[in-house]
Amino acid sequence: MAAETVTGARRPGLPWLPMARLVGRRVLFAVPVLFCVTFGVFAIAAASPFDPVKAYAGTAGLTASQENLDQLRANLGADDPFAVRWWNWLTSALTGDLGDSTSLRQPVAQVIAERVGWSALLCAVAFALAVLVGIVLGVLAARRRGGLLDRAITFVCYTLEAAPPFWLGLLAVWLFALKLDALPAGGLTDTSSEVATVGQVTHHLILPAAVLAVSQLPWFVLYVRQGVGDALEEDPVRGARARGLSERTVLLGHALRSGLLPVLTLIGSRVPELITGALLIETVFSWPGIAAATVEAATSVDFPLLAALTVFATLAVLAGNLLSDLLYGLADPRVGFDG
Amino acid sequence: MTARTRRTLTAATTAGVLAVGAAACSTPDDGKNDGPADAAVVGIAYEPDSLSPLLGYGKDGNSKIFDGLLTHDERMRLRPALAAKLPEISDGGLTYTYTLRAGVRFSDGEPFTADDVVFTYRTILDKKTNNASKTELDAVKNVDKKDDKTVVFHLKYPYAPFAERTVLPIAPQHIAGRQDVNTGSFTTKPIGTGPYLLSRWSKGEKLVFKANPTYWGGAPKVKKFTMAIIKDDDVRATRLRSGDLDGAILPPNLAATFKSDEDLRSLRAKTYDYRTVTLPSGNPVTGDRAMRRALDVAVDRKAMVDGILDGAGKEAYGPVPTDSEWFTKGTERHHDLGAAKRTLDEAGWKPGKGGIRTKDGKRASFTLWYLTGDKLRQDHALAYASDAKKAGVEIKVQSGTWEVIEPRMQHDAVLAGGGSPADPDFDQYTLLNSALAGDGFNNMAHYDNPAVDKALTEGRRSGDKAKRKAAYDTVQRELAKDPGYTFLTHIDHLYVLSDQWKSLTTQVEPHDHGLASGPWWNVEKWQPKR
Repeated sequence: MAAETVTGARRPGLPWLPMARLVGRRVLFAVPVLFCVTFGVFAIAAASPFDPVKAYAGTAGLTASQENLDQLRANLGADDPFAVRWWNWLTSALTGDLGDSTSLRQPVAQVIAERVGWSALLCAVAFALAVLVGIVLGVLAARRRGGLLDRAITFVCYTLEAAPPFWLGLLAVWLFALKLDALPAGGLTDTSSEVATVGQVTHHLILPAAVLAVSQLPWFVLYVRQGVGDALEEDPVRGARARGLSERTVLLGHALRSGLLPVLTLIGSRVPELITGALLIETVFSWPGIAAATVEAATSVDFPLLAALTVFATLAVLAGNLLSDLLYGLADPRVGFDG
Repeated sequence: MTARTRRTLTAATTAGVLAVGAAACSTPDDGKNDGPADAAVVGIAYEPDSLSPLLGYGKDGNSKIFDGLLTHDERMRLRPALAAKLPEISDGGLTYTYTLRAGVRFSDGEPFTADDVVFTYRTILDKKTNNASKTELDAVKNVDKKDDKTVVFHLKYPYAPFAERTVLPIAPQHIAGRQDVNTGSFTTKPIGTGPYLLSRWSKGEKLVFKANPTYWGGAPKVKKFTMAIIKDDDVRATRLRSGDLDGAILPPNLAATFKSDEDLRSLRAKTYDYRTVTLPSGNPVTGDRAMRRALDVAVDRKAMVDGILDGAGKEAYGPVPTDSEWFTKGTERHHDLGAAKRTLDEAGWKPGKGGIRTKDGKRASFTLWYLTGDKLRQDHALAYASDAKKAGVEIKVQSGTWEVIEPRMQHDAVLAGGGSPADPDFDQYTLLNSALAGDGFNNMAHYDNPAVDKALTEGRRSGDKAKRKAAYDTVQRELAKDPGYTFLTHIDHLYVLSDQWKSLTTQVEPHDHGLASGPWWNVEKWQPKR
C-alpha cells in the first residue's frame, strides 16, 4: 500500500530508546502509587462497617458464642490496627506470599490464577468488539454528519452512555435468557456440564461480552465520529477528493487514519472503565472471573484478597495509560515520549 | 412464533448487533435421553463457604461427601453410619462409646480408622481452627481412641443431646492432617467416605458430585448430582421451567405456578424454621411483662400464615413447632385483641395522644429491626407492627444489615429467625438461657427467667426422656407467662421436582436450609421410576 511506504520512509525504525525511558519512568512512578493505593484499601476497608469476623463466620456466626467469635478474631488477626495489617501484608507480599483469602478459604495466589484467565478473556473479547464496532459505527455516522443514520447512532450512544452496565446486563438476561431462551443467563458452562469446552464457553461468553462491549461502545463511536468527521473537512481530504480519489479511499485511507489518533489515547484511558464494567458484568452473569472475586472480597472484608486484586487493577490502569502514551507517541511523532 | 424461528431471529439479531458471525451461537442440543434418570440438577439458594467438616461443613449431616458417626433418617431418628451401632452411654451420661464400622474406606482408598475420628473432633476443638460452630461441641472434655475400632468421648457435664452432635462428618487424617486446617486445599477438594465424590466446584455457580462406586452403603443410582447456586428466586423458577434444572427450592408464590405441570411434583418440608420478634429486657417498654403478654395475643398469627406464607407454615408459640413431640399442648395463644387491650389497661398503660398508650410518662413505642433485603422478615415485621398499633402500641419498623442491628439489639426489637430440629435443647438453650444473654447472637432479648434457666439445665442433663419432656414443658409454660419473644410463624420449605424418582421424602428442616436439606437430603437412595 502506498501509505505504508510513505510512513516507512519518514520513520526508518521505532524509537526504542525514548520508549524504554518512558517505560522506566512509569515503572518507578508505579511504586509510590501502589504503596498509597494498598494503604488506602486497608484504611477504607477498616473504616467500613463490615466486620471480617462476622463475614467469615457467615450464618454459623449467628449461633456462635462470643468466646468463639473472639477466638476467630484473634486467629484471623482482625484485632490489629489496619496500619499494622497493611505493613504485615506488604512485607509478606514482597517476598511473594500474598496470604490466604478468608472469604474463599484459599491462598490468594491460587484464587487469582484460577480466575484471571476468564476475566482476561471476557475483557479482551469485549474490548475488541467495542473498538471494532465503535470504529465501524463511528465512520458510518461521520460520513454524513447530521444525517438520519448519524442522528440515530448518536442518539443510541448517548442513551447507552447513561445506562449503567449492570442494568444493561439484567435487561439482556431478561430478554435473551428468560424471554427468548436463546442464550444462557450466566455461568461458564451449562449447569449439567462440568468440563469447560470451547463450544460451551463461547456460548456462555456471548451475552456478558456483548453487554460489556455495548457499555464501552458509546465512547469509541463518539470519538471516532468526531475525529473522522473533523478530518473529512480538513485540507488533505478536500485535496484527495479534488484529485478524484474514490470516496472509499478518502474515507478509509485519509480521514480514518488521522481521525483515529484520539481513539488511541481513549484505548488506554478506558481500561479503568472496562475494569469497573467487568466488576458489574461478572457479578450479574456469575462469570467466575477476578472481578466477581473482588466484589466478594470487598463485601466480606477479605483484606488479603482485596489488596492483591486492587494492586492488580491498579497495575492494569497504569499499563493501559502507558500503552496509550506509547501508541500515541508512535502514531504522532510530534508528541514524543516525555510523559 | 416457533422456537426455531425465535432462535434464528435471536441469532440473527445478535449477529447484527455484535457484527460477529452467528456461528459461535450454535446451541449444543442437550437433549434429555430417555434412559433411566441417573443424573439430577437442582437449584439451591445458599452455597457452603468451605467443604471442610473441620470448618463447619455438614455439621448437621447430609454432607454427601462425608459420613458422620451417626446419621438421621427421614423421621429424624438417629441411625448408625460410620459407627456400627448407636453409642453406649455410661458414667451418668458423661461417657459415650462408639464402635466403628469395619471395612470402610475413604474415596482415595485409605481405610477409615479411629484415628480419623479423634483427629476430626480434636481439630475442630483446637483454638487455632477457624470453626464458628465449635460451641456446639462445648460439652466435650476429650475424645480418645480406645482401640482401632472404638472411640470414647468424655464430657464435661451430662449432655443428653450429645449423640445428635455426632452426625458431623469425619475428615481423613492422612490428608487434612498434613495441611493448614483453615486454608489448605482440603477445604475446596474434600476427600471423604460418603456416597458422593466432589468432581467440580465453581464458586458462586455450582457444585458437581459424582457417585462413589465403592460406597459402603451401596453405590448411588443417581450417578451425577449437580447443585446450581442460584440466589434469585425468579431466576431459579425460570431455569426450572426451561428444563435446565430438575428441581429447586421455591417460595410459596412461585411454587404455586408449577401446580398444573404434570411432569413436576411439589414437596412441602415441615421445619423448625421460626420467625420471632425479640423483646429486649433492657427496654422499659418491651421489658414490661404486661406489654409482652399483650403483644403476644394482639398479634394475628393465622393471618400471617395465610397472607404472608400463602398457607405454607404454622402459627408459632415458641421455638418448638406445634406438631413436634416436644411441644407442650395448651400453650397455644390465640389472637384476642380485646384481651390485649385489657391486659394493657390493667397494667396502667392508658390510651394517650394519637391512640398510643402511655404509662408514667413513657410512650408505648419501640423500634423493630429487620435484615435489609429479606422480604419475608419485612412482611412479618410490618404485619406485627400493624397488629400492635390496633392495641395502642407504636412499633417503628426499620431495616438494616447485621452490622447496623447488632449494637442496637440490647435496646431495640429485632425480627429474628432460627431453628434446629434435632433436639429441643438446641434452640431453647441458646435463645432463653440468661447466662447467654447478649452472647453473640444468642439470647438476643436478654431473656432472664430463673425457672426457665433451671428447667433448661435439667432438660439437657437428664438422660431420661420423660424428665426431659417435663423440663421443656416447664420452659414453654414459663415462656407463655412471660413471652420475652413474640413467636410468629414456623415456615414450611417448598420444593418442586421433576417426577422421575420413586418415593421422595423430606426431613424436618432447620432454619439454614442449604445443600443438606430438601428432597435431596438422601439423593444417594433415590430410585429412578423406570
